[in-house]
Amino acid sequence: MTNSEPGLSREVAIVNELGLHARSAAKIAAIAIRSTASVWIQKGDLQADASSIVDILTLACEKGTKITIRIENKADSNILEAITELVEGGFGE
Amino acid sequence: MEEETKQKIIKGINASPGICIGKAYLVDSEGVQVAPKYRIRADDLSNEIKRFKAAVKKARDELHKIVEKSPEELQNAHILETHIALLKDKMLYGRTIETVKQERVNAEWALKKVVSKLIEVFQTMTDPYLKERSADVVQVADSIMHNLVGTKKVDIAAIDKRVILVAHDLTPAETSQINLERVMGFITDRGGKASHTGIIARSLEIPAVVGLKNATASIRSDDLIIVDGNRGRVIIHPAEKTLIRYEERKIDYENYKAVITRESKAPAESTDGVRLAVMGNIELPEEVFALINYGGDGIGLYRTEFQYFNRADFPDEDELFDKYKDVVEVMNPKPVTIRTLDINGDKALTNQFSFEETNPALGLRAIRYCLKKPQVFKDQLRAILRAAAFGKVRILFPMISTFFEIREARRMLDEAAESLEKDGLPYNREIEIGAMIEVPSAVIMADVLAEKVDFFSIGTNDLIQYALAIDRGNEQVAHLFQPLDPAIIRMLKHVADVAREKDIKVFMCGEMAGTPHHIPLLLGIGMDELSMNPQTIPDIKRVIRSLNVEDARSFMKEVLKQTTAKSTFELIKETYGSILSQQLYSG
Repeated sequence: MTNSEPGLSREVAIVNELGLHARSAAKIAAIAIRSTASVWIQKGDLQADASSIVDILTLACEKGTKITIRIENKADSNILEAITELVEGGFGE
Repeated sequence: MEEETKQKIIKGINASPGICIGKAYLVDSEGVQVAPKYRIRADDLSNEIKRFKAAVKKARDELHKIVEKSPEELQNAHILETHIALLKDKMLYGRTIETVKQERVNAEWALKKVVSKLIEVFQTMTDPYLKERSADVVQVADSIMHNLVGTKKVDIAAIDKRVILVAHDLTPAETSQINLERVMGFITDRGGKASHTGIIARSLEIPAVVGLKNATASIRSDDLIIVDGNRGRVIIHPAEKTLIRYEERKIDYENYKAVITRESKAPAESTDGVRLAVMGNIELPEEVFALINYGGDGIGLYRTEFQYFNRADFPDEDELFDKYKDVVEVMNPKPVTIRTLDINGDKALTNQFSFEETNPALGLRAIRYCLKKPQVFKDQLRAILRAAAFGKVRILFPMISTFFEIREARRMLDEAAESLEKDGLPYNREIEIGAMIEVPSAVIMADVLAEKVDFFSIGTNDLIQYALAIDRGNEQVAHLFQPLDPAIIRMLKHVADVAREKDIKVFMCGEMAGTPHHIPLLLGIGMDELSMNPQTIPDIKRVIRSLNVEDARSFMKEVLKQTTAKSTFELIKETYGSILSQQLYSG
């Protein structure tokens, strides 16, 4: 399942105080939903569909958790960038 | 008449005295939890999915409408937008439709199934905060379910006949929506004596029985019921004999109240000539007249949260000022003790969507919240100082747990006064400042806090909750909520001793002050003033008039030797039983 092709995944840490809660998950999903192919969020062995708030929530990412954002289509690299920026910026909270 | 066999009596906790007889009005919508399950024929599947989509769309439209009404800066709107996004979430929306198709079941059942699986996943999470997130999913699913089943959430504000409210539980926000002239009494499944429903019912002088466990399951809307708030009983489908007996009891109780109210205007003076101020606690400005009728010597606690409930924005300074001024002017020259905001204001505004804290009793509330939201606090402080120009105002800061907080609160009060000076508005800064003593750390630090205040006011409800680690709203442990626990009595004595030593006043504004059999003890400890729900003032005044303060002081020595709440209560009964038995109405 892991994709080794470069440029298709980014590892980031959750920096905001509340972790990946509903509102922050909703912000990710809003971006991911515009992708051409699937966008995934991986935490250890678990992975979630980035376009589903509920799926992201089930990963239970607290502050400090390392996650990998992965796209399946290179055309979605702007989406990968946008989500990475969002997470690294602590969702503007 | 109904046949007598239908009569059913259920027992609960008597949260507010009085008797009422009338029709039940159920305000719970929990019925949707029992979603029906039935099979859908293959050619009906697309219709079933359409029905589900329509329910989702309706939920979405409803949320959009609320968002449009909310001011932008409000965090509530963000949560609602998240909810809107959740409505169409794959794991919820997509899976429900799949389940309908694959299992050929109705949408209610499919939704229920999908949601309970999701909840299971959330329940296995260890982080309490993330675990709580399932609440958002549940709320969203509930709103779809309501539309599917067709049960609308009952709009309490729309009740238009005189009824007895029957609910699983009533939140402060729900209670604040109720058109109170229409309500004869309250009964709830949950809650203890000190629950919000009880407090509201007592201040409105209507009977309430709480902690009934399954009232909502046994009572249907329009059932004839009797609420006996004196004994803590509810009678469903009363037989004719029972009805007659209760009509008589109701008249007796009303006569008793009339007698006691007549003598209440006279001051409360002990047999050895010590006068004690007996004050009232109020929440709504409208309660002031009841308080005066009952002979209150002033307002010992004016709760100010009410104006923050049920609205999309914070009340502005002028709005707060108007209400405070009304109360202060009517009471003048008697004192009005205004307690600053004692809740998490953000939550009050967004009540039903609040999810930020797993343990609000230990969270960001009262003075902690106010110090974090200086603008909200400042508006209130300015409103209080302006109202102080129209009568005798005292200010009381709630939930003080550190010296820092009282110092900061004072600093902000000074700033508020300076800004009013600059604006050229009339105000009065020469008001007494008090700290609520309701957190154990404040008891221990009382000598330090005393340096910054003119009075202490002991809030026993919270103090008992925090000191004994009891959630008073949880009926499983509510019986352990014991004001007479020796630990509590020692804390009270410590605070009173420190106050005397530091030459400041000590008041009590918790429920403990309004309970007749606690009065000998409170006199012995040396309280300067007691404040309670207005309707108990006559009772308490009567008790004080029959007591001797010197005796009460030596009685305290015996009390301090007790090791349990039970033995303390026995000692009180033994020593003061004859005096108190004349006062206690409930049998």
